[in-house]
Amino acid sequence: MEPASRLDNNHDLAVKDFPYIIRWRDDRCKRCGKCTAVCPMYSIEPAVVVKRTLHSEGSTPEPKSTRRVETIVKQTTDIGKYCTGCGTCTLVCPNEAIEPEYNPQHKFNFHKNRGGHPYRRGGRRNDPSPSTLDKLRFSRISMLTDPALDAGRHEFRIRTYLGRILPAEELPVKAVDGRLEVTKKSGTFIPPVREIYPVMIGSMSIGALSPNMWEGLAMGITYLNEVEGMPVVMCSGEGGMPQRLLKSRFIKYFIPQIASGYFGWDEIVRTIPHMVEDPCAIEIKYGQGAKPGDGGLLMAHKVLKLISEIRGVPMGVDLPSPPTHQTKYSIEEAVAKMIQSMSMAWGFRVPVYPKISGTHTAKAVLNNLIRNPYAAALSIDGDDGGTGAAYNVSMDSMGHPIASNVRECYLDLVAQGKQNELPLIAAGGVGKRGNLAANAAALFMLGASAVSIGKYIMQAAAQCFGDEYNRCNVCNLGKCPRGITTQDPRLYRRLDPDKVAERVVEVYKSLDVELKKIFAPMGRSTELPIGMSDGLSTDDPAIAERLKIKFTC
Amino acid sequence: MCRLAALTSAEYISPMETILALETMKEGHDGSGMGLILKGLGGEFEDLKDYPVLSGICSEAGMKTLDSYMNKIGFKLKYTWTPKTKAIKGIKGHDNYFARVYDYPDIVKDRPEPVKEGLLLNTRLALRALGELDESIIIFAFYPDILALKEVGDPLQLGEFFGLEKSSLKAKIILAQGRQNTNYAINLYACHPFFIQGYGTMTNGENTAFVPIREFLSGRNIPGYIGYNSDSEVFCHILHYTCRQLGYPLHYYKDVITPLKQEEIDRRPDHEATSFLKMSLRPLCIDGPNCVIGFTPDGTCFMVQDSKKLRPGVVGGLNGKYGLMSEECGLDSAIPGREKSTDIFPMKYDMVIIKPDAEEVTVWNQLHG
Ligand code: SF4
Ligand code: SF4
Repeated sequence: MEPASRLDNNHDLAVKDFPYIIRWRDDRCKRCGKCTAVCPMYSIEPAVVVKRTLHSEGSTPEPKSTRRVETIVKQTTDIGKYCTGCGTCTLVCPNEAIEPEYNPQHKFNFHKNRGGHPYRRGGRRNDPSPSTLDKLRFSRISMLTDPALDAGRHEFRIRTYLGRILPAEELPVKAVDGRLEVTKKSGTFIPPVREIYPVMIGSMSIGALSPNMWEGLAMGITYLNEVEGMPVVMCSGEGGMPQRLLKSRFIKYFIPQIASGYFGWDEIVRTIPHMVEDPCAIEIKYGQGAKPGDGGLLMAHKVLKLISEIRGVPMGVDLPSPPTHQTKYSIEEAVAKMIQSMSMAWGFRVPVYPKISGTHTAKAVLNNLIRNPYAAALSIDGDDGGTGAAYNVSMDSMGHPIASNVRECYLDLVAQGKQNELPLIAAGGVGKRGNLAANAAALFMLGASAVSIGKYIMQAAAQCFGDEYNRCNVCNLGKCPRGITTQDPRLYRRLDPDKVAERVVEVYKSLDVELKKIFAPMGRSTELPIGMSDGLSTDDPAIAERLKIKFTC
Repeated sequence: MCRLAALTSAEYISPMETILALETMKEGHDGSGMGLILKGLGGEFEDLKDYPVLSGICSEAGMKTLDSYMNKIGFKLKYTWTPKTKAIKGIKGHDNYFARVYDYPDIVKDRPEPVKEGLLLNTRLALRALGELDESIIIFAFYPDILALKEVGDPLQLGEFFGLEKSSLKAKIILAQGRQNTNYAINLYACHPFFIQGYGTMTNGENTAFVPIREFLSGRNIPGYIGYNSDSEVFCHILHYTCRQLGYPLHYYKDVITPLKQEEIDRRPDHEATSFLKMSLRPLCIDGPNCVIGFTPDGTCFMVQDSKKLRPGVVGGLNGKYGLMSEECGLDSAIPGREKSTDIFPMKYDMVIIKPDAEEVTVWNQLHG
């Protein structure tokens, strides 16, 4: 006898167990097959069904049945081919006949571990609730008590410093005939400092991003610097940069990153003698907010010719980066050495700073860096940050939100009187719900000198589908339907680098206007409102207490 | 808007002149307080210039605490000035207003000036702490040749209350400020002008960057960088920090509070040093709207504006007497006979500097350095 489970499909999953259910409309579908062809997951397929219809003619019921074979579009219940809800099928459908619908009752996490392999994906923490940053408001309005600034008329300078700043007491200056002069012979080491736009594009590697996406971002950045006069900078992410860019004068707008795999660094080091400009800075990655303790992995199918050249590795092999730097056995010694070596490589002309994931122990790292004269900044990446590939558990359950982490670090610096010496760069969920300017401004007021964005720019400039409902998020599979995170030319040719660049410029120009709209009524125009926490409030008493800001209701 | 009236003169002048200037500039209700700081004291104080003057207000009990503390440290009272107060409707007043001249304790008499200055500052802070909780002791200054008087009320009425019209109290530099009615919680420590170790300033406007500035100053570990009952007190401490602690010439005060853009700095002859200042002192940048009037220990007076010049401010006078006022009508009241066409209205890059004894006025332009 056949087991009952085979007869009633008892061990199969139901569509209802999946996070997205495909709503397909028979009456609209013209059976063109575009949706099934485009689906990156093969979640929908053309299928045939037998339909039996009963009909009766005449004045008394004389039912007759007819059987017809029809083609339909069917959603699979194979967990390996789950629908990600990306909506690419909807985009290509000429008749608006198909659409994924989010299913809040899904059981995806119960099942996505077949073969004993935990679920891995790209994206961000699947938590759609508003972040702390979104709960902050700017409520000290100085418009009535005093003549206010006018965002449209007055001059604003939205700039910040990247690099270690000497305290005034240690500056090698002295007054000569009523004027301050720099005393050259003092022997004081003056660390390099860059004046940049305070919203940077955070580290996304050329391997993780498609060539078209990376090129689009790079063109946008260059245009902003050269045409708009906005010194926006961008970090390379791990894995090096094309030789052509390294040797060009545009390298000054980029921050090459060195991470635990050291990919691409043989090539970079060999290029140093041929570089015509110094890079903006060097970022040493020790951690990533989205996946603390999880290393990187560039899958073999992404390691094509360009990537293998840039990274200095053979084609078609998996490229794992370990979770930690293998050379690191203590922060006191090894981190200092790493910072010093990188500084030395460029003759101490380039700021070098570490990036860590948000953590309770961020203050310990900070205090170590304060005492290292070569450390140029500390970048902290909160748990709302994004990644190209990670274990779901790392993304969803590990990490520390950025708001309180950056605040406690800043207040620690204040207690030591060093808040202007070591800039804090805040990242991880800036613009999570689209409020880029407000989130960035709030972070400045909590104490950040600069912020870094990643997902926001992918969504705004290249229409990335990802969201906090686990939409799409197949960045790790090289199947990116938007052509953003794939090395497959059939996919990335969909993405026009010029359009990406244009959007980057638009995003920054509108961000600039919005920042002014926040700063003007609060009376800040010449410098960033770093640490101007009296301007912030929240209607959540616990947040107010933790961040030491005002509670309003 | 708070009103500012300062006079600097080669001759001794009465504080009533600045009070009348405040009165001329008055608009609407204006009773949240008046502060006066006199520098270069005349009258009874003329022969006591080397001795520190303790200016403040005490209750009867506070007076006793103060006396016993000063005795314990070894300060010897040489002379006491008290205003001859007269009851005026609407002015509540305090028990004792005083300016007491002391001789230094024997152990510091022959010590260098910085040691003496340190002792004066620490003594002022200690007295302030002793009487802060119950408001039994309020101390505004303890420094040679400086006298401070502050009280809540309308400036003209306060002049009458303190009997200043008939008083022999005179000085060469007088700063007077009348507080506007937007300041409700009236604490006399919030009353301008502010003073620390020879530097005095008064300001009008709101200091929108107050919190980061206060946090930066508090973190310098410099005694006296406390209080901040008013967001304007930091202007005085920035001046002290720039000129005394860092030893920069006075005009760098302007570069500290309203830094130029980097492109503008690059055109200055001292661009290297000024670029460093811009970075290292970034948290001290103000954003106004503020007009700042102040003096330094040698008797130089100045006026600067915020970087957008959002406040009025005018400097004018004759050789030997200049006024620095928030409005022109105040200047008309204090120095009516001057050549008005030479009045200076400092703009966003300007710092008006008047030499000691009102000898000469110069306008330093930040763009040219
Ligand atoms: S939404 Fe995306 S994954 Fe789902 S069926 Fe459509 S194309 Fe495929
Ligand atoms: S659109 Fe591409 S980058 Fe965005 S979530 Fe999907 S796979 Fe990832």
